[in-house]
Amino acid sequence: MQTFKGTKIVNGIAIGRIKIYKTPDYVISEELVSDIGAEIERFEAARVKVQEQQNALYEKEMKEGRKDTAGIFEAHAMMLDDEDTLIDPCKEIMAEGHTAEYAVRAAFDNAATEFSEMEDEYFRARSADVIDLKNSMLDVLFGNDTESLQGTEPAILVAEDLAPSETVKLDKSLLLGLVTRLGSSNSHTAILARSMNWPTLIQCHDIADDWDGKFAILDGYNSCIYIEPDQKTIDELSAKQAEDKAREEKLKELKGQPSVTKDGRKVKLYANIGGPKDIQAVIENDAEGVGLFRSEFVYLNSKEDPSEEAQFAAYKQVLEGLSPRMVIIRTCDIGADKTIDYMQLDKEDNPALGFRAVRICLTRPDFFKRQLRALLRASAFGNLGIMFPMIISLWEVKKCKEILEECRKELEAEGAKIGKYEIGIMIETPAAALCADELAEEVDFFSLGTNDLTQYTCAIDRQSANLEPFANTHHPAVLRLIRETIEAGHRHNTWVGICGELGADPTLTEEFLKWGVDELSVNPKSILPLRGNVRNADLSKFKTESPKAVDPKKEPKGFFGRLFS
Amino acid sequence: MKEFKYVITDPVGIHARPAGLLVKEAKNFKSTATFIKGEKSAKATALMKLMGMGIKQGDEVLVRIEGEDEEACAAALEKFMKENF
Repeated sequence: MQTFKGTKIVNGIAIGRIKIYKTPDYVISEELVSDIGAEIERFEAARVKVQEQQNALYEKEMKEGRKDTAGIFEAHAMMLDDEDTLIDPCKEIMAEGHTAEYAVRAAFDNAATEFSEMEDEYFRARSADVIDLKNSMLDVLFGNDTESLQGTEPAILVAEDLAPSETVKLDKSLLLGLVTRLGSSNSHTAILARSMNWPTLIQCHDIADDWDGKFAILDGYNSCIYIEPDQKTIDELSAKQAEDKAREEKLKELKGQPSVTKDGRKVKLYANIGGPKDIQAVIENDAEGVGLFRSEFVYLNSKEDPSEEAQFAAYKQVLEGLSPRMVIIRTCDIGADKTIDYMQLDKEDNPALGFRAVRICLTRPDFFKRQLRALLRASAFGNLGIMFPMIISLWEVKKCKEILEECRKELEAEGAKIGKYEIGIMIETPAAALCADELAEEVDFFSLGTNDLTQYTCAIDRQSANLEPFANTHHPAVLRLIRETIEAGHRHNTWVGICGELGADPTLTEEFLKWGVDELSVNPKSILPLRGNVRNADLSKFKTESPKAVDPKKEPKGFFGRLFS
Repeated sequence: MKEFKYVITDPVGIHARPAGLLVKEAKNFKSTATFIKGEKSAKATALMKLMGMGIKQGDEVLVRIEGEDEEACAAALEKFMKENF
């Protein structure tokens, strides 16, 4: 058995024979031809054909709901219209008497080299697009059929690198896994592998031609491939693979299913996300919306105070990408453990109880307004919820709404388009939870931030290891606040969600549903397991039982709980 | 001749897909539009050259338009930049 390391893209296991996938090495004649017109015609025909192929790939990807990979092929088709860099240079070379193949190789390689020498990683990666187009052009000119390269048996494909159009053309029923010597985790192949959940290893520098036909196991968990593995390895990893498959199948069945309990109670399952990069995960895990979009990334990824335009672009991208799903964007929650140089915040002795979130925003209205204007403008592109964090008092909510209204009027006067939106607040302080009745009158929704609510209610610093014995994530005081907040919200027609870690806690799902929670927002990966929980829940049995989790006599689940049990 | 300046706000800069749309927009006009950043420049109709300028978020580009319909072309391109970059 030999073991070779790489970089994994997907945690998964593939077991089977290896097929070396080689892009054909075309021998291109350097001889001059006499019929220049015929070569130009062949070139034109090939260009149109490849463009059609790329457009067909675009359509295929769109139909299967993969917008990001679809965009690659749309761009490819557009590149083939480029006269300056591709068409004219090819024609000039052919005018000297060279063949269409010769011209394509020279001009496309030249363009690819220019991209590969650029500083920026994004533009550097575009040289792969040009090479991809060159190979497609040569395939057509040589009359070659790339599909046969994959063989006829299911196999783990091993290649130098795979171009996006090669990856998309692969017959998925014959593909067990993918190993490449090159590639980056941002490459199109990696993106596709992730969205298709193929066990994939990139940067595996030791691939060799003599692997062809050998039995192997690709182990994504350990980022390696075993060539001719021993029986022990085969047994272990086969069992793990079977386990993975069973779990995936179960979760897959839950896609597209309603999140509803056995006795018919519905709940919205939303995702927590950190930026536009998570759009795909929301869609793949079949989240019904976004319950918490942390807007911090626009502040943290920027060297200076981000402009309204930059924020607008990011919010619009998420709203548009996820439309018609609701997307709740939490306004700036900088401060506490998240500080930024350009904000010039004073050092505080007690940052968790300090200058953060709306406290900064209401002190610096110009800063706040830039974000609110960006949000309002983005509202025209989807279904937006605007959520204010760290609220303790009614006046803060009123002030936030007043500033929002001011921004709306300004934008309307400027002729900007504004869509519909809902307004909500985070309930993450005991003060807000206890004043929930008054606050509910001002907003459309509440979202319980259980992490902060627990830390502030129990006076327990989440980061401190010494406090572990005292921490109880199911503290009855916290659960009681959650329940009372839900009830208070409902008294005023304000819907209530939970976006903290407790929302994904399977042992509390039934309890929350029973209390009437309208929405649970969790990380995308937890959506389907949580939907499974919801669908297994039966609330009718609670009619006779008293709620167990709010029992104040209940022992803590932390250290002492274990000590006494 | 018409000119306008624009600061890119798109996180990835002038990248493939929207750049392709920009080219389409520019081809609707008879005028020649040129993107200028520092010493680099490219015609708005040349997709790869435009991408090859490596224009990123925060970069200021100067767009120069010359031709019979330069007024309309400048207005259309400025609007396009605001909406897409």
